[in-house]
Amino acid sequence: MSTHVNPAHSAHAHGHEHHDSGSSTVLGFWLYLMTDCILFATAFATYSVLFQNTAGGIAGKDIFELKYVLVETFALLLSSITYGFAMICAHKGNKAGVIGFLLVTFLFGALFIGMEVNEFHHLIVEGHGPNASAFLSAFFALVGLHGLHVTAGLLWMAVLMLETRKRGLQPRTLTRLSCLSLFWHFLDIVWICVFTVVYLMGAM
Amino acid sequence: MSQGNSHAASHGSVRSYATGFVLSLILTVIPFWMVMSGHFDRHTTTISIFAFAVAQILVHLKAFLHLNFTREGRINSFSFMFTALVIVLLVGLSIWILSSATLMMVH
Repeated sequence: MSTHVNPAHSAHAHGHEHHDSGSSTVLGFWLYLMTDCILFATAFATYSVLFQNTAGGIAGKDIFELKYVLVETFALLLSSITYGFAMICAHKGNKAGVIGFLLVTFLFGALFIGMEVNEFHHLIVEGHGPNASAFLSAFFALVGLHGLHVTAGLLWMAVLMLETRKRGLQPRTLTRLSCLSLFWHFLDIVWICVFTVVYLMGAM
Repeated sequence: MSQGNSHAASHGSVRSYATGFVLSLILTVIPFWMVMSGHFDRHTTTISIFAFAVAQILVHLKAFLHLNFTREGRINSFSFMFTALVIVLLVGLSIWILSSATLMMVH
């Protein structure tokens, strides 16, 4: 999946070994993501069978604001393309570009999480918390699971920004950046399913 | 969708990311507009938003995750296809079984 460009060309003799261990790490991470897909699939299956069980309370139609969700979606989509630009900089050995684009990606991701926490807070304050009905339990579980993943991605991104700043773009750092790249784009794909199944279907 | 810059295929280029981004934007706005405007009946809207979601997932897989069928990329693509099969079975059969159970309990 990924091959490294060693900017210094210093370890030419060991270049092949780096390449091999790096790409098998990225493949291993990809296989983890596939198992994570199945975790999300179980949450989607649970939501699909429970979303009509509102226990006489509110349904999706009453609480979902599509304009708000559209802004959240744009924030996540923009963060995907800026992460892509960070990876292009990384393969060119442009350290400042990597840190800059990661920072922009981080801000878009933080905006997304901020908006989601705000939505959850409003629902809970108005008495529509996860304990109100099976629909709301499944909603908080599914959307919250995605939110937790994005939060973990943000923490990881902060660590990688520091690592890139301190150690530069070594093959090991590049491998880590490649893994986070897969993670981040994967979360965007999960979000496509979330806004389609939960918000668009719910608001219809 | 792809413009065949093979040297950058595994990492993507500014152009491939930009193409993916613009396509995703279009494939996001249309289903939101369909639901928000309410111009279409329920059946058409449901089928359309799922079709747009599948299309956008394919765009993301190609433009952002760089899935391909080259010798190095093949194993990622096949592992994804296997996972997709597991997901279809898991979600599809869960919905089928539990909706049948609900129907039989209610009626």
